[in-house]
Amino acid sequence: MNWAVVAEKLFKRYQALEAVKGISFRIGSHECYGFLGPNGAGKTTTLKMIYGFSPLTAGKLLVLGMDVTAELRSIKARIGVVPQEDNLDPELTVLENLLMFSSYFGISKEEALGRAPRLLQFVEIEDRANTPVEELSGGLKRRLTIARALVNQPEVLLLDEPTTGLDPQARRLIWDRLLHLKQEGVTIILTTHYMEEAHRLCDRIAMMDLGEILAEGPPDQLVSLHAGREVLELGGAAKQREAIEKTLEGLYSHSLVVGESLFLYSNNGKELWYRLQQANGMISHQLLRPTNLEDVFLKLTGRGLD
Amino acid sequence: MVGLKWWQMPLISYRSWLVVRRNLMVFKKTWLTNIGFNFIEPLLYLTALGLGLGAYVKEIQGLPYIQWIAPGLIASSAMWATAIETTYDSFMRMKYQRIYHAIAATPISLEEVVVGEMLFGTFKSLLYGSVFLLVIFIAGLVPAATALLVPLVLVISGLIFAELGITWTGLVPKTDHFSYFFTLIITPMFLFGGIFFPLEGMPAVVQAVAWLTPLYHSVQLIRSLVLGQYSWLLFGHAAWLATFAVIFFRIPLFLVRKKLVQ
Repeated sequence: MNWAVVAEKLFKRYQALEAVKGISFRIGSHECYGFLGPNGAGKTTTLKMIYGFSPLTAGKLLVLGMDVTAELRSIKARIGVVPQEDNLDPELTVLENLLMFSSYFGISKEEALGRAPRLLQFVEIEDRANTPVEELSGGLKRRLTIARALVNQPEVLLLDEPTTGLDPQARRLIWDRLLHLKQEGVTIILTTHYMEEAHRLCDRIAMMDLGEILAEGPPDQLVSLHAGREVLELGGAAKQREAIEKTLEGLYSHSLVVGESLFLYSNNGKELWYRLQQANGMISHQLLRPTNLEDVFLKLTGRGLD
Repeated sequence: MVGLKWWQMPLISYRSWLVVRRNLMVFKKTWLTNIGFNFIEPLLYLTALGLGLGAYVKEIQGLPYIQWIAPGLIASSAMWATAIETTYDSFMRMKYQRIYHAIAATPISLEEVVVGEMLFGTFKSLLYGSVFLLVIFIAGLVPAATALLVPLVLVISGLIFAELGITWTGLVPKTDHFSYFFTLIITPMFLFGGIFFPLEGMPAVVQAVAWLTPLYHSVQLIRSLVLGQYSWLLFGHAAWLATFAVIFFRIPLFLVRKKLVQ
């Protein structure tokens, strides 16, 4: 395996806060790897260490085989970064943003002019080439930021919460473009707190919370391993919930109480559902649904992702 | 660059020029609206004080008052332009537009970004000072050919004011705090830098403090070059400015990294 990123026992401490607590992971070339977790999990810090903006407190970190503490400039020439907060040049036009950014990589103006139309086409903003960036909507800005991160034809693309704050349509377009890049062989590393985004895009996920990786693996595998196939969600008074939990004992692998709801996990949801109808007590709502990454996070932390 | 001690000089390459280029490109779009204030102000001082006060103060050191103050206003015009550029404008790019973050994600280092910002501040000094020199030349207030050397002084003093401006930008959390910089540092230099009156008549303390400020030395140099009053002292002023520029150079680089990178 050719590794795009190798991290061993990464630590990051901000004054009193330990943001990343000795995590290790490897990201393969051409892989799409996601850090999934709630705010404060240490995802952004981890990403910032990979693209060299945040120095490591301890540990070892290789990107494209190079040590981030020694060969940062060479690494930065071969990666693309899409930050969480837009940092485009607001006074320049869409096209000027790409040309200016290309110049930072030492790309000649002719070369940059050759690449720009294809990049703008790729993110579908070619008709806005001469619009000043400050006039673009949030979704268009994010698309331009992605195009900008591709000017140096990076081997690794890093995206920090790429669709946070975007409407569903804009989000879908970005997912589509990222999947396209993945097919072209670009290694994609992203952070997100949307489980759907992680599930759809990522080959593997590192589920993070409070600076640690709780679980790592392909999304489907994580779900079936930690949450089973289906989950029965039940609402009702605490007493009823407890009674049902007892009645159905043995039919579910594990149970969780989240707020006012009881979650029963099982690989045989139909059986669970059938037995529930027979037992039937005072239940305010019931729902049988396939498990997802949120259930994995719930099981591992006892809390939701948001 | 990461992990350097504050006294260690980071590697600065030609890439800083790419940052200057970026600022020039934006400046080209906005210069018409920006340029007014910086020129109108020294012109106001020149006419109000030069003609108004000049009607009562007939001569200073054997020269008409307006001619005596005109060269000093080159120095202050340049100082104001650089000080504003490297505080309000740099802060805007750094904190709100996050331009520093964007560029530092490319092969350009954060230190090179800061040096680029200081060089652009220096360019502002050169531009605004030179244009004001041209204005007083047209007004017939430039008697000596050595005025052609003034741009050199504008470059070195511009670098100093850019270092001071970025230092302040690296220290303060909010734009509100820039008023302290102007009230406590820039305005006193402007008033007591020997532009409007010779400092010889002031208490020794004021003279000593003035000697410690960069504007005083750039005023002395520029006035001598414009008026053709030469002495060996000029080398002293030049050496003072060069020393200050070199000693102070590392501080803004350190402060901006400390502020942005945690």
